[in-house]
Amino acid sequence: MKSKIPQFLAFISGVVILVAAFIPHTPFGMFEETLTNWFMIISSFAILLGQSSLIQSNLAKISQKAPDWKYHIATLVSFGAMLIFGLLWGMENTPGILGQGEKIAENLGAKPFDYLFEYAFMPLSSTMFSLLAFYIASAAYRAFIFKTFESNLLLITAVIVMLGRTSFATVLTSWIPDSLHFLRLPELTDFIMQYPNTAAQRAILISAALGVVGASLRIILGIERSYLGGDK
Amino acid sequence: MAELMKTIGIWLSAYFTLSIFSFLYKDNPFYKLAEQIFVGLSAAYWLVYTIYNILIPNLFNKLFTDFANNWILLIPMVLGIMMLMRMFPKLEWVSRYPMAIMIGTTAAIAMLLSFQSDFLSQIAATIVNPFKFSSPVDIVGTILIIIGTICGIYFFYFSKKPEGFYKIPSKVGIWFLMVSFGASFGYTVMARISLLIGRLDFLLRDWLHIIK
Repeated sequence: MKSKIPQFLAFISGVVILVAAFIPHTPFGMFEETLTNWFMIISSFAILLGQSSLIQSNLAKISQKAPDWKYHIATLVSFGAMLIFGLLWGMENTPGILGQGEKIAENLGAKPFDYLFEYAFMPLSSTMFSLLAFYIASAAYRAFIFKTFESNLLLITAVIVMLGRTSFATVLTSWIPDSLHFLRLPELTDFIMQYPNTAAQRAILISAALGVVGASLRIILGIERSYLGGDK
Repeated sequence: MAELMKTIGIWLSAYFTLSIFSFLYKDNPFYKLAEQIFVGLSAAYWLVYTIYNILIPNLFNKLFTDFANNWILLIPMVLGIMMLMRMFPKLEWVSRYPMAIMIGTTAAIAMLLSFQSDFLSQIAATIVNPFKFSSPVDIVGTILIIIGTICGIYFFYFSKKPEGFYKIPSKVGIWFLMVSFGASFGYTVMARISLLIGRLDFLLRDWLHIIK
């Protein structure tokens, strides 16, 4: 029963959505809207579950004094601070439990949540992602090394696209006569993006769509049951 | 006061920026601390965002202001609470019911969207007469799209081993895919470099005032 009822629920919710797409009349249209709304609400609780799991795992590491356990205190403190500020005074124009917090916002220049977002979350997130600019150089060396015809294609395209999107490319290829203007780097980049790249992206999209349809049917029909987490 | 807090905020941002960049030398306590703070802040940010943008307007506001017309929302709320039972090993099975509804709904929505926008629309956009265009670049480009799409799809056909003549379209498919991956790689590099420029600009302009 613990696995049959969930399978039946997955089947019913999936079929209702599918049928509603083909019969956009009462009551199916209403069912689709209701289920989509429910999905959104349940997903939010799933986010809550994820955050609880984060707290649990951090608390476990601290209590077990795992390697680098002291840094996990920082995770909990920053999580707690951002959450409490958000709940008490809200974010952007949304009020929190204590209202808009005009007074504290006047002193800080922004709501406490937005202050932390602007001066801690944003710099941390963009610096973290910008770190990849350095590591991508070593990845590029491995990817671009002349080995096969295919890797050369990747190398040449990447270089053309990178150069083609800069003003340097215009200077570099401005000597090419107008009759051969399509060989200028910016125009070559546009051509690559518009045609060969589109073709490959379409091939990926069409193939992936077939995969998604197959996987979805397996889930709805109860053939794929791994989401139930074992046979207990 | 606000001006002072802004200055403190800029110094805080600079500290976090330099702490993350310190990883380029090697893993160190400054990086570890900044990394863990980032994890905590981003988890809390998404939680608060979810509460204010999904749970309050779609659930709690409706239940508290007009319960008679929205009592049906108690069902997803109960299902959501059942989802949280996953935290307790003995009651873990309870979370399977909301999970099943979520998975079933997601599968059906994904199936419909993929079929409509990624399958039918993409095929329709590919089947065009290349000779209706007047520019030779457009004609060649459209022919390339048709060949590239068909060969690319053929590359993903794994039910038969490509041998002999059948190896040719598969090979051509790989070439198109490599061109596309090269383009994506180029764009990714540019996006990351632009983020890096943004951080350096912050350090030199807002923090150190070297750039005016």
